Amino acid sequence: MLTLGRASLVLALAVAVVGIVSSLYGARAGRAEWVAVGRRSMYALFGVLTVTMVVLEAAFLRSDFSFRLVASHSSTTTPTFYKLTALWSSQEGSLLLWVWLLSGWASLALAATRKQLREIAPYATAVLLGLGGFFVSLTLVLAHPIQLLDPAPVEGNGLTPLLRHPSMMIHPPMLYSGYTLATIPFAFALGALITRRLDAAWLRSIRRFALLGWLCLGAGILLGARWSWSELGWGGYWAWDPVENASLLPWLTGTAFLHSLMIQEKRGMLRVWNISLVLATGILAIMGTFLVRSGILESIHAFGASTLGIPFLALLGVLMVSSAALVLIRRDELRSEHRLDSLFSREAAFLFNNLALVGLCFVIMWGTFFPLISEIATGTKASVGPPWFDRYTVPLAIALVFLSGIGPAIAWRRATPRNLRRAFLFPLAAAGGAFLVGWAVAGEPKVTTLAMFSAAAFAVAAVGQEFWRGARARHASTGASLPIALATLVSRNRRRYGGYVVHVGIALLFLGVAASSALQDVRDVRLRPGQSVHVKNYEIRYVRATGKLDHEKLSLGALLRVSKDGHHVATLAPSRGYYPSPDARQFGPIGRYFEGEATSEVGLKTGVERDIWTSVEPNIDSFAPMVDGIDRRFPLADAGAQGLLLNVIAERYRLDPPPAGFRMIVSPLVTWIWLGGLVAIAGALIALWPRPERARAWVLAVSKPRLGRAVGRA
Amino acid sequence: MDPRGKRTIRLVVALGAAVLLAVALIYTSFGAASEATTPAAVIGVPADGRSYQLTGKVVPGYSREGGVLHFRVRERAGRVSVPVRYQGVVPDPFRAGREVIVTVKREGNGFVAERDSLITKCPSKFSSEPAAS
Repeated sequence: MLTLGRASLVLALAVAVVGIVSSLYGARAGRAEWVAVGRRSMYALFGVLTVTMVVLEAAFLRSDFSFRLVASHSSTTTPTFYKLTALWSSQEGSLLLWVWLLSGWASLALAATRKQLREIAPYATAVLLGLGGFFVSLTLVLAHPIQLLDPAPVEGNGLTPLLRHPSMMIHPPMLYSGYTLATIPFAFALGALITRRLDAAWLRSIRRFALLGWLCLGAGILLGARWSWSELGWGGYWAWDPVENASLLPWLTGTAFLHSLMIQEKRGMLRVWNISLVLATGILAIMGTFLVRSGILESIHAFGASTLGIPFLALLGVLMVSSAALVLIRRDELRSEHRLDSLFSREAAFLFNNLALVGLCFVIMWGTFFPLISEIATGTKASVGPPWFDRYTVPLAIALVFLSGIGPAIAWRRATPRNLRRAFLFPLAAAGGAFLVGWAVAGEPKVTTLAMFSAAAFAVAAVGQEFWRGARARHASTGASLPIALATLVSRNRRRYGGYVVHVGIALLFLGVAASSALQDVRDVRLRPGQSVHVKNYEIRYVRATGKLDHEKLSLGALLRVSKDGHHVATLAPSRGYYPSPDARQFGPIGRYFEGEATSEVGLKTGVERDIWTSVEPNIDSFAPMVDGIDRRFPLADAGAQGLLLNVIAERYRLDPPPAGFRMIVSPLVTWIWLGGLVAIAGALIALWPRPERARAWVLAVSKPRLGRAVGRA
Repeated sequence: MDPRGKRTIRLVVALGAAVLLAVALIYTSFGAASEATTPAAVIGVPADGRSYQLTGKVVPGYSREGGVLHFRVRERAGRVSVPVRYQGVVPDPFRAGREVIVTVKREGNGFVAERDSLITKCPSKFSSEPAAS
């Protein structure tokens, strides 16, 4: 299996090289058969890398510790579900996942466009295979995922407990799908620039892949935030960490592109801007991957110092220089057909939306790379914290949410005063109402919090009004009932109304972010059983300590009773799991449980109005003498004896616990972040779903030749 | 006003806004930044209220006193270490030998950390060696 896995990686590189050469030769010589070889090379790359993935996943599933990767990131006690995901918890495995997803998505894109964009596609194929070849080379030379461990250990290190969360199963594949999908429009943009085919046709062909990439990246970011809130013991969902920021940058430019694309399609405007956004999104996606792997910036998520930084930097340099050069060379052919007629128009709203998004991207990029900037400018590395990011991102986010209400409602070209009144009277009233309600409910909130409440209400009202007016008009013209009229309205204009649903989702998401960050109450306390604390209007009582042993870890925690005005609200059981260090010789058979990995299990009560979040940090220092004594007396305790002794410790903790440290948070509207995210995902899926007539045409296109052949044979 | 004049005004306004944003970014980022440093570099700094982002590895033998965590941070590759007093959430992966980043200010003979500023590098990213058989 080892040989098969290694051979498949070498073959993958060979396939990529053959594909690049044949695509370029086919394009230059006008030989369609060579172009087809290039395209099929991408399918072959996907097939060969699938073999590598299967070999590795099979090794993880059967705990084959002769694979170094399996021994380092899995164990016999790792649950099967997480054995499957352990592959991408390592540098080597995640690189392989990246290039496998790239080859899969690129194969799909090339298959979907094989009958269109005949001039552009070979160059796009070469670019995509070039990226694939680059990543395969990295895995072969610098981070080989298939390395032999001889002799094989009897047990592996296991998967980091923090990653044992369902979100972590799909968070990396979603993020990487977003990154790799972002390279598809990038490759086609380079192809369009090389071949001078700069009309909107190629944009229309790859729009779905851009939207799918945006959706996957957004869902990946959301899953990461959700994991952080419900699994990590710090009580937040976003920390402005460089790696988190890096995933947000291509999402922001991708959002800008999806909006400005409409202006190019409708009015032939912003062509330089659009192609620059596509190129920037692709490059930022590679940069995001680079940041995690290079160790160039201090991040909790970054892989440690590695040798991958220089190759990545070289790749980024080539991509940036060639992209900028091509745009400059083709700037005359990218001139807009029309100019902006008025600042009161949908085009202007989209333009401002783009400026806000690119402004956000620039601010976040500046803050993220500030350690490098300051080192170049002053010779000293320095970094900025969350307050600095908030200072700029909050006003820009408020403007963005307001604009997401203006865009759908304002007229194209030039809005008249009547149009403006008709479009915005109701949303403005809703915004005013939200401001007053926010003021009354939230006590003394910040102006920015109230502004975000108003912006969200404005956007939801504007979009709701569009749905209502559209459905009512359809009801009047067809006589269908209002729900049917609404359904057919959406069904016939999926891209438009799917986009509006996304706007509602984003408005709800930002509403949740604003309320939860500005109005939350956080308390750090030390309590003994029987003591209680008040957080906002809730009383949280430490009822008793908990302690139990399962086959993987020792869990120590607390049972908390939450009440409000004397009424029971919830019972929460935060705990901390102690996983044993594999090194029993150094730490002792029992001591190793307190020297291995530990992970918090958050006690969480979610609700539409607020989340009650608790974590516990048991004081295990008081057990140190007892643990040392046991380890001295029973240095060779086997698994059964260890279980008995650990149960004694758990029992002792339950009966006589020392004061424990707690973090307790009551945070309003956190759930709205996840709900808003789900609404946005639903909207994007509506926009992505093919129209019935297009799906029918596709089915006919596939089945007609088969039918013809069958009839011919008959 | 003719369309060309309007476009010029828009361009000037847009460029002016971009320049203003850029100046604000530069000014505030340099003003608000914490210097990233190592134990060896801060060992002799005075208690002048400046904050530093200290990076290094946790020395074995840290302790808790009430809600306060006392630990030492040493050079990644070296022996120089400085004491840190910290209050706030202790990340789950915090252990002796782990790489941490913490924002600190000099106070007396040691350093006092900013609340909740302690971060420990995600252990999934460590390429730990598998245990011997």
